Amino acid sequence: MLRFLARRIGAAALLCVGITLVSFILTQLVPGDPAAANLGQRAIADPAAVDAFRSKYGLDKPLPVQYLTYLGNVLRGNLGESQQSHRAVAQDLAEYVPATIELALFAIVLSLLVGVAFGVLAAITRDRWPDQVLRVVSLGGVSMPTFWVALVAFYLLFFKFGLLPGGGRLDPGMNAPPHVTGFYTVDAALAGQWDVCSSAALHLVLPSLVLAVYTVGMLMRFTRASMLEILGNDYVRAARAKGLPERVVIVRHVLRPALVAIITVAGVAFGSLLSGAVLVENIFSWPGLGQYAYRSAVNLDLPAIMGVSVVVAAVYIVMNLLVDLLYGVIDPRIRLT
Amino acid sequence: MGALLEVENLTVWLATRRGPQKAVDDVSFHVDAGEIFGLAGESGSGKTMTAMALLGLLPHAARTSGRAVFDGRDLLSMSAKQLRSVRGRHIAMVSQDPSTSLHPMLTVETQLTEHMRHHLGLGRSEARGRATELLATVRIPDPERALSAHPAQFSGGMRQRIAIAVALACQPRLLLADEPTTALDVTVQAGILRLLDRLRREQDLAVVVITHDLGVMSAVTDRICVMYGGRLAETGPRQDVLNQPRHPYTRGLLDALPHPEGGAAALRPVPGSPPPLGRVPEGCPFHPRCGFALPSCRTERPAPVLVGEAHTSACPPDPLGGAA
Repeated sequence: MLRFLARRIGAAALLCVGITLVSFILTQLVPGDPAAANLGQRAIADPAAVDAFRSKYGLDKPLPVQYLTYLGNVLRGNLGESQQSHRAVAQDLAEYVPATIELALFAIVLSLLVGVAFGVLAAITRDRWPDQVLRVVSLGGVSMPTFWVALVAFYLLFFKFGLLPGGGRLDPGMNAPPHVTGFYTVDAALAGQWDVCSSAALHLVLPSLVLAVYTVGMLMRFTRASMLEILGNDYVRAARAKGLPERVVIVRHVLRPALVAIITVAGVAFGSLLSGAVLVENIFSWPGLGQYAYRSAVNLDLPAIMGVSVVVAAVYIVMNLLVDLLYGVIDPRIRLT
Repeated sequence: MGALLEVENLTVWLATRRGPQKAVDDVSFHVDAGEIFGLAGESGSGKTMTAMALLGLLPHAARTSGRAVFDGRDLLSMSAKQLRSVRGRHIAMVSQDPSTSLHPMLTVETQLTEHMRHHLGLGRSEARGRATELLATVRIPDPERALSAHPAQFSGGMRQRIAIAVALACQPRLLLADEPTTALDVTVQAGILRLLDRLRREQDLAVVVITHDLGVMSAVTDRICVMYGGRLAETGPRQDVLNQPRHPYTRGLLDALPHPEGGAAALRPVPGSPPPLGRVPEGCPFHPRCGFALPSCRTERPAPVLVGEAHTSACPPDPLGGAA
């Protein structure tokens, strides 16, 4: 198990380095000279000023050295300075990233609970009416465009019936809890501010519901297909031949192997929730990574864009690592070989 | 001694696209306590469906008629819940391929103890202790360590021993072994058969061995029943059936076996192939492949007739009778 763990973590670390390299090369490929962009018309005419600028920022050094400098900075948590906010990109991200991760976590947990439960139900009632109804539900989930679901949900649940708060992370006038994790629900609970905690949780419901619609539909389909495949196995018949209650057969003998496929899908879905939440974050005024990335892209704020890509890629890698480790927990054969 | 299992006129219909089709047709036999009973036949002859019917594990939409009285209770008329209390507890199953019948992701301990804890209400440590004993009984080296291992860590023969231990966990009275040696190397087959033989002597266990391999039959069984096209062809004590077969189909199966001194020329396959589900011919199901078929075989369904002491054959013309 330890070797398995070490191997996976080593591979993940290598991948992270690879990502910084790719994002560095991409910025080199972008047309435009940083000196020209930053120095202005008059200074650019003066070779001494240009040289001074280049040597100040290390741009006169060979590319590999520049990359190593950049890598060293990234490792020390220095992602450069945003050209719009004039703050450190790392500081910006520390504010926006937890908001998005909190939302995506809420959405993925909700999707897993509902999607897996419905998928299992569909599989065990195969071709009977619950399965037929659930097939329509999952088809609906994956076919409805998220922005449309967001607008409808916003209109109905907030505007029309006022069941849930409409936007932002907290009720207006409420102060953010002291920063520990950046997750308002957790931070508020840690600080014992229960009113803030419940407000943060309530604000999460609507956007994460909207985000979950698609993932629920997808997870239902995968769960059902995977369960049906496992149900045809000899070992399921063997479990039934032991006279075990059907509930035990389904949960222990069928759902567990089916989870391998389910967590694969869930891992990918979590990644796309992180990077694909731009629309939902805009509609629900959620101050997250999606909004930050959108603004940076529109303003060609290169350090911010690089920062966002490194963070998103790192989150993907961590998710993959987590999924890999979960495989090992679920299926001993993976851990043992 | 009264029979432990008495199957009377068992018929199984399976749902197919062309409507329900008989997979098992009017089959009757009995199994005594402590005996090894062989159910022989080619694939598709209805052997496995007979066993599945006894366990209540037939595919969805299958129907049965007849009776299968086990220990005074009819298995075929039991509710799903009653059946679950018999399955794994009093009647256990070992299937063909232990690499697929053992769960690849659960430890040997879980697979050995889950039904013990359910049926016998044992606690964790009690069940663990009993599981260790069981593994020792089936001759797994280092049982303590084997408990925390997974099936993939054992060889095929060892896995089948574990599967047998799983089946024996609740001390069943009847073991249904469906091709228990077919997926194994020839070298380990004998070991498994000896194990079954030892278990029935030590634990008063009745075993139904389902196989197409008459070699397996001759090694361990007391009585044999040969099935063809979902029907019984011949039933009787092992020596009688194998040494003086009375049904042309049994004869054909025996001729198809290689003999040590015979050479290749002695191998005579049974011509043709067994009828698929729903295509069993009228009359005697074997008549299209039978070298002795009479015109009456095409129309009249042969009933089993007594041809010796406890030896019946469903071939009234009895063309092999004189050979005895």
